[in-house]
Amino acid sequence: MQKVPVLLFLAWVCFLFYAGIALFTSGFLLTRLELTNQSSCQEPPGPGSPPWGSQGKPGACWMPSRFSRVVLVLIDALRFDFAQPQRSYVPGEPAVSVPFLGKLGSLQRILETQPHHARLYQSQVDPPTTTMQRLKALTTGSLPTFVDAGSNFASHAIVEDNLIKQLTSAGRRIVFMGDDTWKDLFPGAFSQAFFFSSFNVRDLHTVDNGILEHLYPTMDSGEWDVLIAHFLGVDHCGHKHGPHHPEMAKKLSQMDQVIQGLIERLENDTLLVVAGDHGMTMNGDHGGDSELEVSAALFLYSPTALFPTAPPEEPEVIPQVSLVPTLALLLGLPIPFGNIGEVMTELFSGGHGSHPQASALAQVSALHINAQQVSRFLHAYSAATQDLQVKELHQLQKLFSKASASYQQLLQNPQEAGASLRTLTAELQQFLRGARAICLESWARFSLVRMAGGAALLAAACFLCLLASQLAVSPGFPFRPLLLTPVAWGLTWAMLYAGLSVTTGSKVDSVVLGAVAAAGSLPPFLWKVWANWGSTRPLVPLLPAPLPVLLLLLTRLATFFSDSFVVAEARATPFLLCSLILFLVAHLHWEDQLLQPKLLTVPRLGSSAPTGPPRHSGTYALRLGIGLLLCTRLSGLFHRCPEETPACHSSPWLSPLASMVGGQAKNLWYGACVGALVALLVVVRLWLRRYGNLKSPEPPVLFVRWGLPLMVLGTAAYWALASGADEAPPRLRALVAGASVMLPRAVMGLAASGLMLLLWRPVTVLVKAGAGASRTRTILTPFSGPPTSQADLDYVVPQIYRHMQEEFQGRLERTRTQGPVTVAAYQLGSVYSAAMVTALILLAFPLLLLHVERVSLVFLLLFLQSFLLLHLLAAGTSVTTTGPFVVLWQAVSAWALLANQTFYSTGHQPVFSAIHWHAAFVGFPDGHDSSTWLPALLVGANTFASHILFAVGCPLLLLWPFLCESQGPRKRQQLPGCEAEARARPEEEREEPLMEMRLRDAPHHFNAALLQLGLKYLFVLGVQILACALAASILRRHLMVWKVFAPKFIFEAIGFIVSSVGLLLGIALVMRVDGAVSSWFRRLVLAQQR
Amino acid sequence: MKDTDIKRLLYSNLLCVFSVFLSVFIPSLFLDNFSILETHLTWLCTCSTSVTGVNLLLHLVVKPNVSSRRSSLSHKVSRVLKCCIYFLLSCFFLHIIFVLYGAPLIELVLETFLFAVILSTFTTVPCLCLLGPNLKAWLRVFSRNGVTSIWENSLQITTISSFIGAWLGAFPIPLDWERPWQVWPISCTLGATFGYVAGLVSSPLWIYWNRKQLTYKSN
Repeated sequence: MQKVPVLLFLAWVCFLFYAGIALFTSGFLLTRLELTNQSSCQEPPGPGSPPWGSQGKPGACWMPSRFSRVVLVLIDALRFDFAQPQRSYVPGEPAVSVPFLGKLGSLQRILETQPHHARLYQSQVDPPTTTMQRLKALTTGSLPTFVDAGSNFASHAIVEDNLIKQLTSAGRRIVFMGDDTWKDLFPGAFSQAFFFSSFNVRDLHTVDNGILEHLYPTMDSGEWDVLIAHFLGVDHCGHKHGPHHPEMAKKLSQMDQVIQGLIERLENDTLLVVAGDHGMTMNGDHGGDSELEVSAALFLYSPTALFPTAPPEEPEVIPQVSLVPTLALLLGLPIPFGNIGEVMTELFSGGHGSHPQASALAQVSALHINAQQVSRFLHAYSAATQDLQVKELHQLQKLFSKASASYQQLLQNPQEAGASLRTLTAELQQFLRGARAICLESWARFSLVRMAGGAALLAAACFLCLLASQLAVSPGFPFRPLLLTPVAWGLTWAMLYAGLSVTTGSKVDSVVLGAVAAAGSLPPFLWKVWANWGSTRPLVPLLPAPLPVLLLLLTRLATFFSDSFVVAEARATPFLLCSLILFLVAHLHWEDQLLQPKLLTVPRLGSSAPTGPPRHSGTYALRLGIGLLLCTRLSGLFHRCPEETPACHSSPWLSPLASMVGGQAKNLWYGACVGALVALLVVVRLWLRRYGNLKSPEPPVLFVRWGLPLMVLGTAAYWALASGADEAPPRLRALVAGASVMLPRAVMGLAASGLMLLLWRPVTVLVKAGAGASRTRTILTPFSGPPTSQADLDYVVPQIYRHMQEEFQGRLERTRTQGPVTVAAYQLGSVYSAAMVTALILLAFPLLLLHVERVSLVFLLLFLQSFLLLHLLAAGTSVTTTGPFVVLWQAVSAWALLANQTFYSTGHQPVFSAIHWHAAFVGFPDGHDSSTWLPALLVGANTFASHILFAVGCPLLLLWPFLCESQGPRKRQQLPGCEAEARARPEEEREEPLMEMRLRDAPHHFNAALLQLGLKYLFVLGVQILACALAASILRRHLMVWKVFAPKFIFEAIGFIVSSVGLLLGIALVMRVDGAVSSWFRRLVLAQQR
Repeated sequence: MKDTDIKRLLYSNLLCVFSVFLSVFIPSLFLDNFSILETHLTWLCTCSTSVTGVNLLLHLVVKPNVSSRRSSLSHKVSRVLKCCIYFLLSCFFLHIIFVLYGAPLIELVLETFLFAVILSTFTTVPCLCLLGPNLKAWLRVFSRNGVTSIWENSLQITTISSFIGAWLGAFPIPLDWERPWQVWPISCTLGATFGYVAGLVSSPLWIYWNRKQLTYKSN
């Protein structure tokens, strides 16, 4: 198998995953662009002055205000039927007693006694029915989606124009009491506020009682224009007990008393609004779009007559966002810019007994202002993005200009109203509803088809990974046709789809295009595999073995379906990792006692191959395991708490040093951080030295010797400046500022140039050539040149002289006349891993720079951990000479777990508020002008640092067992009992460890193993993303879906993409080294021929 | 291997199960307000003592292992002392493992240590009774094809199931059910106890069902 097909095959598999992720995301995550435009009093939304000419009047904006004050009582999860008046039962029928029906008696009483003062509506809520999204809708009049693009992820504050903003800019005093979500949404907007934590869903009373303590005193004090009370008891009762519980009756009765008390205290200029933000299901949950969740109650009451007619028999159904423009105009405020609600015209009729003609005119003008505002918003929105359907937008515009023209006509001669008034009202309403409909279409609907399709595609890709990883090592499997046919099919399907959509005239959706291509390429592959599979082979060996590893993987997947476990994943991952490590140790012990010389689960085909040496003393693996556990626990100290667990305390070590007060501790910490940097450098240098690669005169090695210390120096200097910038004397300010710009850039530049060097000359080998060595090949002459005189290098230096001689025997035969040439090459045995380790350390330094200083300790732990883990895994893997080479499932799973654990221990959490935004300013302290990709890149590199490092380092899993081979013979020699045996087999005794050159000996198997490794890693990651997608789609009605599952899915998806790219790069690097080694051999042979 | 052996194993194992149950019911006769969850530490102590007592009793009465040749008093005393030291060491070792697994280092030290004690009671004490303070024998029993009698086989099964039970017991801790038994280390101790009991009950049955396949090297 060649290299390029391997990479292409992996890229194709990645593409399948990407297509699945994109399809799922497009169906699941609804996106919308947030516009920051504001409506203002001075700028009416369109031409045409209102008939009353109220511009000059104080307290009047687009329309004169009808109420100067408003009391907004928000009862969380007040479903419509909770407030619905119950008709008196027909005698003889059994009375149905349900705890939540008919408990709001005061509403019913008022509706009956004062029909012109009050009205109950069924408000139709747009999903997602979660409180924060609903609050956004209730204040902005828009349809919040999960990802409101452009919003600031670091805080939840609403950036769009909203009622609260309009109220504050009009100078109204807002008093708030209740749910503390408002604090995040409107920081600093309230003149007085009493916030209560909404976190504990099981606590029914704290919030409500807290509100009641302040509600009436505040109301009586009169120090307010707008009073908002957000009660949570009903919602919490639903979550805890469900609606069918006596507690619900008590809670609703309490709310009834509250409303009663408020009504008694209302003054004539005050409007009372009682609203539910969403409903609840039969179980008391909400978040989704079922009928019960999206119906909420809305009740309006005013001590002055408000409505011209008595209420209809069945309460009217209105969209929830209608409240926003209605309230705005009633209070004499501009309608928020992004509102797409439609005013409730009844409220503008001027009350009971006003002239019908005038009241109709007032209604139409309210509608017209509303329509002008929506039209202005549609203009602005469609200019900013292409979300909305162009065709329908045009139709709407036409409709609006027609209605607008007839409105102007109407204003000129208001006498001939009548019929034209009615048609105008109908037209304006049609426009507003149309506008709402097209926004809804693009913003607020899960596409179940796309979600299912995406999940199916992901599942199929995982299955394919499993299948292909098994097939990759089986000899003679035709991968080239297996790759070509599916790609051809995929392209064909994509072309077909594109052609079809072009001929039908619709837009080509790139997501669907990708999905069609991916889905089209799958069946041919599966069909071919099926044909080649044969009936004899069972499907069982497909699954990851051994059984406990499979169980561990399944456990991990199951945890994605529980919000508690997703929140606690930072602790659950180290737990699973520790379990896997202990299992590996125990498994080693368990198998050690085999009567035959041990060989683990590796199927050995080449039976004549010498077995891997029984390497280590008994406690070796145990010591590795304990060391790993210790490192895991230590890195667990760097833990950031998720928001959902208030009892947990984040590690103080995750804050930058600059925030520390107290010089001594700061200096000590600084010393520790620099110590960690130096230790990282020393560890890598020691490692390279041990395998001899540090002797090579090649440029990358020189870079490691001289460039890395420079990078450490630069990083340390930058940290010193960053942590002490405020204490710098004023004269040096400019210098400090300049240095804090230049130093990080210099370090990154150095790292990049080091990587370039590594790519250019990846072979780090020292060659010594000397003439006149012995011609006989049976006796090996150990080279005793100057660099190997050190005792520790004696056994490590992989002398592959004989090996090379055998390999190039034929050519050497021809050159024999010119005299024998002996070539000794050192460090060839670790040439691949040396390049990998160098690349990793070069990658680690810039990533380290993006984190806060003290995370450098975590990076040190990370390298130690992976080193120990690789050793432990290598102890459980046997080395075969001829292949096929296999990477065990436990190795890949442990690697993925380690990557995940490091994600958490570097202070990250899969929530948007935990992203380290400061990373964008490393090297750019003044921010970025207009480019968004550079800060995104920096923040992304910070967030997914562990994914990058572990994915790039993945090939080490394959290489390490070969590297550890070199320790075998030495150990054996130390054992006294083995001497006789060693003497009996002198041939084997003398054999030098070939280490990674074994891989080169079997290039076909090498490439197959790389492919298998890539596929296995992709499988482990892919199953995670599949589980996340399934959890998000199955639990899309869950309370926590937007808080926990959706962010987790997004982080997993981006992490998967980053990891897969890193994996491809890592494998490509190994292949590059391989190619360079090949050309190096060729050059060597040419040199010998001369 | 005879059926009578298996029967003896079953009875002695049932006695151990009985001792676990005793530890639940007996203290409530003497102590007010005794319950497993609220006075958890007391229960841990009583359970540990009663299981240790029954194990020692069984060791003395049933004598499943071949008694050592030398039986001088000093040898016996040193053996007993060694056993105590081994038990303590295993407690400390398990405590360290728990802390490495993520248990709090400073808070709840007593709880964590008592958990280590009870897990040692379920695992180390039977080992000490059956195999004596002989690490090599322990390592032999816990490896493939290492067991040489049904007693050792049963020991292997109960020990592994105790550990698995304790491991599974950690899973409910992060869940937000807010039950009293979700607090560290109650769920783990309960899990270990259930695992121990399950191992005790299932090992004779498992041995009985597999008695045709089981061939011990020297028995």
